Amino acid sequence: MNQALWISKTGLDAQQTKMSTIANNLANAGTTGYKRSRAIFQDLLYQNVRQVGAQSSQDTRLPSGLMIGTGVRTTATEKLFTQGNLTQTENQLDMAIQGKGFFEILLPDGSQAYTRDGSFQVDDQGQLVTATGYVVQPTITIPDNAMSVSIAADGVVSVRLAGSSASTQVGTVQLADFINPAGLQAMGENLYLESSASGAPQTGNPGLNGLGTVVQGYVESSNVNVVEELVNMIETQRAYEMNSKAISTSDQMLQYVSNNL
Amino acid sequence: MDNFLYVAASGAREAMLAQSVNSNNLAHASTTAFRGDLAMAQSRYLQGEGHSSRVYGNVSNSAVDFTKGVINTTGRELDLAVNGPGWMVVQGADGGEAYSRRGDLHITELGQLINGAGQQVMGDSGPVALPPFSEIAIGGDGTISIVGLGEDANALAAVATIKLVNPDQADLVKGEDGLIRMREGEPAPVDDTVRVVSGSLESSNVNTVAAMVDMIELARQFESYVKIMGTAEEMDRASAQLMSMS
Repeated sequence: MNQALWISKTGLDAQQTKMSTIANNLANAGTTGYKRSRAIFQDLLYQNVRQVGAQSSQDTRLPSGLMIGTGVRTTATEKLFTQGNLTQTENQLDMAIQGKGFFEILLPDGSQAYTRDGSFQVDDQGQLVTATGYVVQPTITIPDNAMSVSIAADGVVSVRLAGSSASTQVGTVQLADFINPAGLQAMGENLYLESSASGAPQTGNPGLNGLGTVVQGYVESSNVNVVEELVNMIETQRAYEMNSKAISTSDQMLQYVSNNL
Repeated sequence: MDNFLYVAASGAREAMLAQSVNSNNLAHASTTAFRGDLAMAQSRYLQGEGHSSRVYGNVSNSAVDFTKGVINTTGRELDLAVNGPGWMVVQGADGGEAYSRRGDLHITELGQLINGAGQQVMGDSGPVALPPFSEIAIGGDGTISIVGLGEDANALAAVATIKLVNPDQADLVKGEDGLIRMREGEPAPVDDTVRVVSGSLESSNVNTVAAMVDMIELARQFESYVKIMGTAEEMDRASAQLMSMS
């Protein structure tokens, strides 16, 4: 059968994946701490139909050969960890990371996850938790008679208790960083898991060893650039159309054979 | 049956192969820094008895389209585009040097610098590996400078230089893995004039409109070969009728 059909099919698959990635980015344009993804493509093997330089007779060689590529494949959808805008919320438990690093979260199954989403709240025991209720590591407990909470750039959390004028330190927010953040496994709920590609987390206090600083009262908005995504969408749609046109042309070629011979 | 049926059939087969090459180019409309293949036909003269009208077509595509793609800005520090002519050197699966213009670079957990297709990027002194860093910048000549973890912002140190080459295009061929290599296998020398831009990526150089036009042309060409094959059949039938004894 005509291999152009299958080659174009891989092209359609690739554009479809790209479109899904764009749709997911656009859907998450308003998600706190979301990092946009992009699809990465690579060529499949080339098929050597006629070897270049092969002997065409004892003394002569073929000056050129024929190698047919067998299409395209999606290697990865990669997260781009560029900084999102910091949006002021004035909520005293909201934190944004300015620079590199992730907040460390304890999952219900006891494993660790990492997030850039700092819209934190307190649970019924006063512990600092994410919007989905997972406890932030190391555990920080806000006493129930706290009047106000302040979080310094270096992560130190202090509270002012009722009836007291001095503030009391209740803990320090720590950040974790990875040598290859793009290798983290996204698991949804704005959380990422350590993988063998990301390397081990290096935990430290904010502002030290290249880690970012914590900004209280702000959250990091999504780093999706809506205009860029729309331009990508137009490009993807046209490429999809052309690949589907290539399929119908190959189909017509075969149809012409069966009708005319 | 007349031999021209075989000539037409070979033409139809070659047109289909050329259509595959063209479809592969279209499938790569969004592959970073992809270089399209050019399909071209050669005539192969065949001697034999009778009138010498047997010239078969032979499609080949050992030529690569070396026109430049469009450079798009992405803002990511590790996205690199070669500005103007030239190539980045990467390590092929066979361990030898190969050339690529794709610059969607990543860092592995071991600090190795690889491109989006997973190929190790080569520096002036072997494969590029980076120590842990907090900031990275890639200069126009491929020099990678980093601020190490826990160091001051002014402690910027150059740690490696991406090997950039610019061999003559006539010496370059595409391998079965899609990488460009020297025809003779001798690695190309470093070229200081090649420039890269950080924060941008080069798009595929496939001209989709031209590929569509080629596609239509090849389809029509194919149809005319099939038409000739049909004519051969008709002529054959006619001569069989003439010979019939009724």
